[in-house]
Amino acid sequence: MIPTRDRRGWVIALTLLAAFTLGLFPLPAWAGLLRPEWVMLALIYWCLALPDRIGIGAAWSMGLLLDVASGTLLGQHALAFALVAYITIKLCVRIRRFTLWQQALIILLLVFIEQMLVLWISGMISQFPWHWAYLLPTFTSMLVWPGVFLVLRHMRRTLRVT
Amino acid sequence: MARSAITPEQMKPLFARGSYTTLRLLVFVLLSLALMTLDHRQHGLDSTRAALSVLIYPVQYVINLPFTAGAWMADSLSTHTSLLRENKELRDQALLQSAGLQKLNGLESENTRLRELLQSSQRVRGEVRAAELLAADIDPFRRQIVINKGSQHGVTPGLPLLDANGLMGQVMRVGPISSIALLITDPSHAVPVQVVRNGLRALALGTGASDRLDLPYIPNDADIQVGDLLITSGLGGRFPPDYPVAKVVSVNHDPGQAFAMIRAAPSAHLEHSREVLLVLGETSPPALLPETAPPPARPRGGKP
Repeated sequence: MIPTRDRRGWVIALTLLAAFTLGLFPLPAWAGLLRPEWVMLALIYWCLALPDRIGIGAAWSMGLLLDVASGTLLGQHALAFALVAYITIKLCVRIRRFTLWQQALIILLLVFIEQMLVLWISGMISQFPWHWAYLLPTFTSMLVWPGVFLVLRHMRRTLRVT
Repeated sequence: MARSAITPEQMKPLFARGSYTTLRLLVFVLLSLALMTLDHRQHGLDSTRAALSVLIYPVQYVINLPFTAGAWMADSLSTHTSLLRENKELRDQALLQSAGLQKLNGLESENTRLRELLQSSQRVRGEVRAAELLAADIDPFRRQIVINKGSQHGVTPGLPLLDANGLMGQVMRVGPISSIALLITDPSHAVPVQVVRNGLRALALGTGASDRLDLPYIPNDADIQVGDLLITSGLGGRFPPDYPVAKVVSVNHDPGQAFAMIRAAPSAHLEHSREVLLVLGETSPPALLPETAPPPARPRGGKP
């Protein structure tokens, strides 16, 4: 094991903060529909790269903060994020060996699971009109994944986050 | 393109925690379920939510900075002549409005006198406080805004929110320094309204679209026309009476249907207002309603 002195935890925190900001940034209505799940993507990346550091607990906490920011039930995003983090960690050896676009397909699946869980809980507590546009963020998340992956990997390598 | 994401020499022992991963998931899932149940059933977590919202406030503040800076730049770069022109316009407007106010004062005292004669309860003018919108939105399918006033400034859940043109919505969740408000166009929101012309009562339901409210359950033969102004009726006790809400934009009578299809456009500039007004202490919700529930819940099974 590498000594645990300086493992650059602030880089991870910073990328998560950036993702959070991107997720809250005001956009025109049509662009808001297409907004990728930035926080989810950043979490998935770190779960893949450093599963011993960023795992279910971190994902759950970020989800809780997202719940507070978006006014959803406390625990709604948290539950979905924790589940996705679990799947990612369980499959991370396999996912790492995929090419970028194969990975993107896995991301499609993971974000779909997350979105469905959140919408499902919303639907249980109130009457929530279903709309196909709910699925758009899943696809945009898949499309931006290669970019997110390359940027975060570059950061991880140059800043030696371990 | 990278063939494999992470080269083997960078790999680290993966399952240092062994098979505890599943156990951890289970713990966090149970924790989420407990939190959601508490939050949904009893609103017992409002203080937790308020505390956590302080953590988020810096992010929302930073996100808002470019917009504040933009407004400031526009102000400081505007030319002398345009400022003069604006000043003149504002002065004219103030003159017009103060003339209107004189009349209003007279009417108000007359109204009070008549009410005393009728021995009906007197209406109290509410205290109004200005708040600014933090330009943060997250869920494109809900109509929510974040404002920069919280419980420290006397904001409580259920306070009505206005802009210069009409009713915008109501405060839903309160943190110490910021709050989340639900707009009247949110699909889960309903306002009891009244037609100014003849006092016809109705419910204005949000649709999720920013320029449209629906008025369900109005019989085909009801007297309602395009252009009718809808004001809050004050029924339900959540919103103070007599604030403009919307204007009727279309009335469709389908003989095959029991009710008319009526659409209205909100009077408030929901997408453009940066400054909003909070009406403090004009009405208090009746004791029957749970304090933080979004008040007139939709009385039907699903979206038509």
